[in-house]
Amino acid sequence: MKNENLYNYILGIADNSLILGQRLGELTGHGPSLETDIACTNISLDLFGQVRSYYQYAAKIAGDNRTEDDIAMLRKEREYVNVLLVEQPNTDFAYTMTRQFLFDVYHLLYLQELQKSTDLTLSAIAAKSMKEVSYHQRFSSDWMKRLGDGTKESNQKMQNAIDDLWRYTDELFHQTEADIAMVKEGIGVDVTALKEKYHQIVTSILEESTLTIPESKYFQKGGKLGIHTEHMGYILTELQYMQRTYPNMEW
Amino acid sequence: MSEEQIKNLEAQFEARIARDEKIEAKDWMPEKYRKTHIRQMSQHAHSEIVGMLPEGNWITRAPSLRRKVALLAKVQDEAGHGLYLYSACETLGISRDELYEQLHSGKAKYSSIFNYPTVTWADMGAIGWLVDGAAIINQVPLCNTSYGPYARAMVRVCKEESFHQRQGYEIMIKLANGTPEQKEMAQDALNRWWWPSLMMLGPTDAESIHTEQSMKWKLKRKSNDDLRQQFIDQTVPQADLIGLTIPDPDLKWNEEKGSYDFGDIDWDEFWQVVKGHGPCNKERMNARVGAWERGEWVRDAAMAHAEKQQQRKEKQAV
Repeated sequence: MKNENLYNYILGIADNSLILGQRLGELTGHGPSLETDIACTNISLDLFGQVRSYYQYAAKIAGDNRTEDDIAMLRKEREYVNVLLVEQPNTDFAYTMTRQFLFDVYHLLYLQELQKSTDLTLSAIAAKSMKEVSYHQRFSSDWMKRLGDGTKESNQKMQNAIDDLWRYTDELFHQTEADIAMVKEGIGVDVTALKEKYHQIVTSILEESTLTIPESKYFQKGGKLGIHTEHMGYILTELQYMQRTYPNMEW
Repeated sequence: MSEEQIKNLEAQFEARIARDEKIEAKDWMPEKYRKTHIRQMSQHAHSEIVGMLPEGNWITRAPSLRRKVALLAKVQDEAGHGLYLYSACETLGISRDELYEQLHSGKAKYSSIFNYPTVTWADMGAIGWLVDGAAIINQVPLCNTSYGPYARAMVRVCKEESFHQRQGYEIMIKLANGTPEQKEMAQDALNRWWWPSLMMLGPTDAESIHTEQSMKWKLKRKSNDDLRQQFIDQTVPQADLIGLTIPDPDLKWNEEKGSYDFGDIDWDEFWQVVKGHGPCNKERMNARVGAWERGEWVRDAAMAHAEKQQQRKEKQAV
């Protein structure tokens, strides 16, 4: 492939939204209230919409007749490059919202920079997605505050979720080879430069939520290199079910 | 109020309905009108919410991104319908929590069709095409029903339902024109969903208990049997068009009547499912009750937070 770095770079963005959208899709119809159900489905829809734009662009770059669905549904687990954070399960609403919040803050910072990309397709997708993701961040931040502040029980549940999920945040700021190459060309975002701002925003919202970042300095990584948690295989089993069971068909 | 005064009010009320005027939440209404409306509207709302489950079952497994997005949007629309139907119910002086309680305790009913399992992707097509198709036939007349909030909610619901119906049929077209395996999947789904869809339009007129009063209040404008006939006459040509066969050996065009004759509906099956013994009645209720119970701490925390915020505001004001 001529533009392999760009192709891999796009997958690095889109796979996060794909897997997070898939996780949120599991919850449709099972939310704690009708309003949150609608909101989470909406976020899932936004993410899948973004995924389609990215994969359609990636398919064009690959230039070998592969489609957005081939990219979304016919890779092997080791070929997905999403961060570990987004594949974590919907343990309860505290985990779902905390996962969302920890990703949203990153996602918005990321898109703000991607808007400036010299690649016009990527900057256009970023500009469109920003409107959606600003809403996601407002929604998840509001829930962090609500549940952190709400009751003793909700505060404890939220703190547990932060304690468990925080270790997956550092990976957001790791660079892959494709990242480094694309930053050099003015196409990609230098994620290492987002880390400080990310910590500022997360800390400030968690403070308002009377929650704290755990002190542990140990983090998990691997997703960006295709080494996932044990959850991933099951996510893909569902995601790929139809394409694998009925290959080469149109739906 | 004296009996005579009430009679007088009732007469005025019925006259307003006869003149096609809308009844609004603050207007006087007979208690029976209020109760009947709460029952029907909440049953409708519950059907939307429980109806999210069989389709939600395929969101993570949709065969393409395009289909996944469409399915998510569809199920989200159903949640939206539930939301405005519950709100319309609330205008009659009952809370959403009370309505949920009625659903969870089994006191309130929802459409029995959602107690059937969705076992293949083609079921997403069949539900859209047949189930939403039958729902539209039921619901379009309700856009002119006498109770204003219900009528207005139904205008919006019907627009979206008709979009869902076309979307479902489009899934079926694609399958019917696909590989032999896909066509077989489509036919199998039609076989399984056809009869339950006919049952969806309700018991035969002879067995239907609510019809007469409901007709007067424009909660119902055609009888169940008429609606069923309309559904069959509309759907059979659609099946023909895509080369699928309606699973009814007695189905035959009746030139004289200008409509289709059709075979006997298995009403035993209908009543079995209505009474709670369908293939998924237990699963659907467990899913709803489970979501509600798992969400309790979230709702409590949101309330507590809102109260704290209010107190903080008041303190600041002092």
